[in-house]
Amino acid sequence: MIEIRLFATLRENRGKILFFEPENFRDADSILHELNIPASDVAILLINGMHSQPRDSVKDGDVIALFPPVGGG
Amino acid sequence: MTTSYNLKMLRVNLTEKSIKTEILDEALAKKFIGGRGLGTKILYDEGVAKVDPLSPANKLVFINGPLTGCNVPTGGRYMVVTKSPLTGMIASSNSGGVWGARLKYAGYDAVIVEGKADAPVYLSIHDDKVELLPAGDLWGKESTVVEEILKEKHGKDASVLNIGPAGEQLFELACIMNEADRAAGRSGVGAVMGSKMLKAIVCASTRTVIEPFDKEKLREVVTESLRKIRENGVTGQGLPTYGTAVLVNIVNNIGSFPTRNWQESYFADADKTSGETLKEKYLVKQGYCHRCPIGCGRVINLNGKTVGGPEYEPIWAYGANCGVEDLEAINEANYWCNELGLDAIGAPTTIAAAMELYQKGYLKDEDCDGVPLVWGSAKAIVEWTKHMGYGDNKLGRLMASGSYRLCDHYGVPEFSMSVKKQEMPAYDARGIQGIGITYATSNRGGCHVRGYMISPEVLGLPEPLNRLATEGKATWTKIFQDLTAVIDSSGMCLFTSFALGAPDYAGLLNAATGTNYDVEGVLKVGERIYNIERLFNKEAGMVAGDDTLPKRILNEPIPSGPSKGEVSKLNITLPQYYEVRGWVDAFPTEATLKRLDLL
Repeated sequence: MIEIRLFATLRENRGKILFFEPENFRDADSILHELNIPASDVAILLINGMHSQPRDSVKDGDVIALFPPVGGG
Repeated sequence: MTTSYNLKMLRVNLTEKSIKTEILDEALAKKFIGGRGLGTKILYDEGVAKVDPLSPANKLVFINGPLTGCNVPTGGRYMVVTKSPLTGMIASSNSGGVWGARLKYAGYDAVIVEGKADAPVYLSIHDDKVELLPAGDLWGKESTVVEEILKEKHGKDASVLNIGPAGEQLFELACIMNEADRAAGRSGVGAVMGSKMLKAIVCASTRTVIEPFDKEKLREVVTESLRKIRENGVTGQGLPTYGTAVLVNIVNNIGSFPTRNWQESYFADADKTSGETLKEKYLVKQGYCHRCPIGCGRVINLNGKTVGGPEYEPIWAYGANCGVEDLEAINEANYWCNELGLDAIGAPTTIAAAMELYQKGYLKDEDCDGVPLVWGSAKAIVEWTKHMGYGDNKLGRLMASGSYRLCDHYGVPEFSMSVKKQEMPAYDARGIQGIGITYATSNRGGCHVRGYMISPEVLGLPEPLNRLATEGKATWTKIFQDLTAVIDSSGMCLFTSFALGAPDYAGLLNAATGTNYDVEGVLKVGERIYNIERLFNKEAGMVAGDDTLPKRILNEPIPSGPSKGEVSKLNITLPQYYEVRGWVDAFPTEATLKRLDLL
């Protein structure tokens, strides 16, 4: 399974944590598409805690975290 | 020629009970901008670096920037500059609210407080009428109680800055509060105020406008700046909606969220303490400082009472760093920091250090006054904050001197996660290499807002940098530090820098004061400020080895989570940093000082 963690406004109408079967998704972009999240709404995309791009591949056991533009200090 | 500087300062000597008005030299002001830069220059020139921080010889400067009070976004901030009793080095703590603008409207760029009163006093400023008044009836009272009494007396539009019981007792973690929940939080500035027996400064004004050098030009650059702030995802949406605590989940998900006094760096229950949860369960409305278009402040419901809510830092420090998942307890502990006048980073991180001392047997149950310092204890974070602020038991008083002195007392200073004796904030420098340079080289000790490398390394702004890489980080850190010095000295909020850059700040300063900065010029002023702070520290006794990180960060790899195995590579980045700064063994060379017009 691939674990998808959603944060801030991306949670609205989607929930906090979702699990997807890995065989249906080859990269992060295909997951965004499934979630109906435009890539432009995602400011930070983490795969297993490392900053990544939508084109980066995903595999079984990955944890993907998605954040809109946010900041603080 | 019109300028947004008042070119006027107050000098208050509490020993002599004298109040004088002095002219501020315009050329000197422009050379250091104001706020943090000018305040440090004044203290350096007046020989404050060598004095005992809690003696009458120390001076306390409350100082605006040239944009404070102007019609510019976030133009309302002030700085408290002094010699720190926590670090023994320069202290400059920034605060928002409206107090700074009120001082500017009253006609002053700065108030320099000297000496020591023989009984508690407060200073009242109402335009040209400035007087010292007895404060015996205010001594011992909490921050919002003092504010209420003084507003009753001086009018609801008066702004009140004050210390709580922590500052009165000269605790090194004492801060200065204004507008109930705004704080000049770090480096023990409240203890210096307490040492002078100065309880509060009330500021009221008739004037509500500052005339800039070029009104039309300022309107033009403000319009453009506002557009950028509103259209930026962070300042226009993220911060207003969730506040700074939206960082909880981001920093935790990269495995750089210090947990249980930095023994780990991933907290499984982080989301229970996040900005998202704060919004869902406790948020009443946004909080705004003077002329702020962002509104990152959180006004929350605490047991039926509407109070200022916690920022990201105290949420982390009381939460993951103490192993606590109870957000309501964190809200309450943060409330007590504000009421009692405690640094809301230093106090909870010291509780975390005490919890490690308890875990490892240095602190016993009999030391704990019935509230054991166990990881995850909601009761402990609230009760020990009160013990620290009120100083009502022996361990509480020791803890209020900060984690370094606490851990050193038990013979294990390495448990203090501090730099120059000031506690580091909420980002693990093992998993984010650039922020480690910021922490190690910060002139005021462990601090993230002296060069917020989190912006490029975690948030990807203005461009993404690999957080684990060392290449180029020294140069980036220097630029961030220099630009931050400009912003801190101007009177604007650092959070504008998510949307604005050096050209915007140069444009705003030029229109307000008549300077002629370009990008290179304004960054050079920032560099000058960073170097005058370093000169202050050198004179105060700082040595080269003080630019370092705790052994845990340098030698103990993060044990688990997304940044497992990482340590800080400061041994690589620090020499690179000194080279780009033009420093040798932590201090500027003669050539560097000449280049910056500091010789």
